[in-house]
Amino acid sequence: MTSMHGGSVAIVGAAETSEIGVLPDRAMIQLHAEAALLALEDAGLTAADVDGVATAGPLPLEVSHHLGITPRWLDGTMVGGCSFMLHVRHAAAAIASGAADVVLVTHGESGRSRVGVGAYRRNAESPQGQFEAPFGAVAPYATFTVPALRFLHDRGLSRRDLAEVVVAQREWAAENPRAFRRKLTTVEEVLDGPPIAYPFTRDMCCVVTDGGGALVLTSAARAADLPGSPVYLLGSGESAEGPMMSQMDDVGSFGAFRRASAEAFGTAGVTHADIDHFMGYDAFAHLPLYMLEDCGFVGRGESAAFIAEGHTRKGGSLPMNTNGGGLSYTHTGMYGMFAIQEAVRQLRGQAVTQVPGVTISFVQGVGMFFGAAGSLVLSNRRP
Amino acid sequence: MAGGTVPVPTPETAPFWAGTLAGELRIQHCNSCGKHYFYPRPFCRYCQSRDVEWRTVSGAGRLVSYVINYRPLPPADPAEPQVIALIELDEGPRMLSNIVGVAPEPENLPLDARVRVRFEPRGEQALPVFSLDQEAAR
Repeated sequence: MTSMHGGSVAIVGAAETSEIGVLPDRAMIQLHAEAALLALEDAGLTAADVDGVATAGPLPLEVSHHLGITPRWLDGTMVGGCSFMLHVRHAAAAIASGAADVVLVTHGESGRSRVGVGAYRRNAESPQGQFEAPFGAVAPYATFTVPALRFLHDRGLSRRDLAEVVVAQREWAAENPRAFRRKLTTVEEVLDGPPIAYPFTRDMCCVVTDGGGALVLTSAARAADLPGSPVYLLGSGESAEGPMMSQMDDVGSFGAFRRASAEAFGTAGVTHADIDHFMGYDAFAHLPLYMLEDCGFVGRGESAAFIAEGHTRKGGSLPMNTNGGGLSYTHTGMYGMFAIQEAVRQLRGQAVTQVPGVTISFVQGVGMFFGAAGSLVLSNRRP
Repeated sequence: MAGGTVPVPTPETAPFWAGTLAGELRIQHCNSCGKHYFYPRPFCRYCQSRDVEWRTVSGAGRLVSYVINYRPLPPADPAEPQVIALIELDEGPRMLSNIVGVAPEPENLPLDARVRVRFEPRGEQALPVFSLDQEAAR
């Protein structure tokens, strides 16, 4: 048995659906399938090579059957938008232990057009159904956002600092023809936008789109025989608190970010100074602020200035969300797959706005409104 | 308040909802570690002890954080903004609720403001909501 970390396992195929955005002609399961077939082609493999399948949303056996794959390993871990970070981590463990040889991780969501999705069902007897939903905490913009004012207040920050996050990321999106929101903007424009849930205006909330993505993982040894450029998993981490935002341990800091990222740095054996590129799941504008602090890239209270001063923009010390992020690029509902895809593109030198000299990328995911977190350290070099 | 979903009690949470119908905020206290905890379950959230009891608490607390939701989803009235707020009770636990009895404007809602529980009907249940504690503000 080899290690799951340290570059023993690689992402050898990666693809998003050929189009993302508004796709009313494709059902949710087709978005999985399209991304999966493209990722397999990218890897130089076929469905017959795959023996492990992981997904969130539909069951993995729905995806494997749809694609004609006979699995000997399945992972249906569902922790919302960061499920795919956990799938990569679990796939690495499976490959290292011999439980699987080639793992396919798929995502597809008709988040905007709602094709092939079925009706949303609420459980009024669950803890959330009894103690959160009756007060209006139902939509993501009225739930995930609730802790933000506390974070800002305790650091002497304001809504302007949320707007700065949007402005910085829009600069990356402006150059990306696949991005949903591409027009450069200003702090004033963002603050004057349609109010959604104070302190959040429209552009502080993610776009809502259709699309999919898939990854193929195998051992570094097998990757050496494949045509593409492998992206190695150096380290990873995962953690969770719970399904209720109102019960998070600390309103101004997410413990699962701290724990998952610390384990990812520790298992990778790298430090913050080694990170060339950062993808931080941004469903809403406060999340990059939490992540930069909780993952230790900056000290407490320093995240907003770090972004406003340009450190996450082109030419900055930590280029962040270089596809435009969930705020501007795409957000199907579970954005984590797209954060990983952009890290892979940057590490392969294939990004629309390529950051020069990227060797190590850190990907931080979040799921279920401050419910769970997953972290990956990826590199184009095997240590 | 302009409506919304109706909570459905389970056997473990029924005493909480019986309390709100009686105009009382009842939460659980652990006799082993001495902490109050929320949401209801028949063992302690902190030390897992089953030696727990229901207590009627003061209903006083402070406003920790909030959003003013301008886009409530049905069955809530989409035209009436909701103040969705995190409240920390004086006994320790934090709960989600609404701030009522004040125009939903940021200047009316300073963080750390003292709040006090009141109860509003929702379907066959009563919801614990909070208003700014004018006495404490004086």
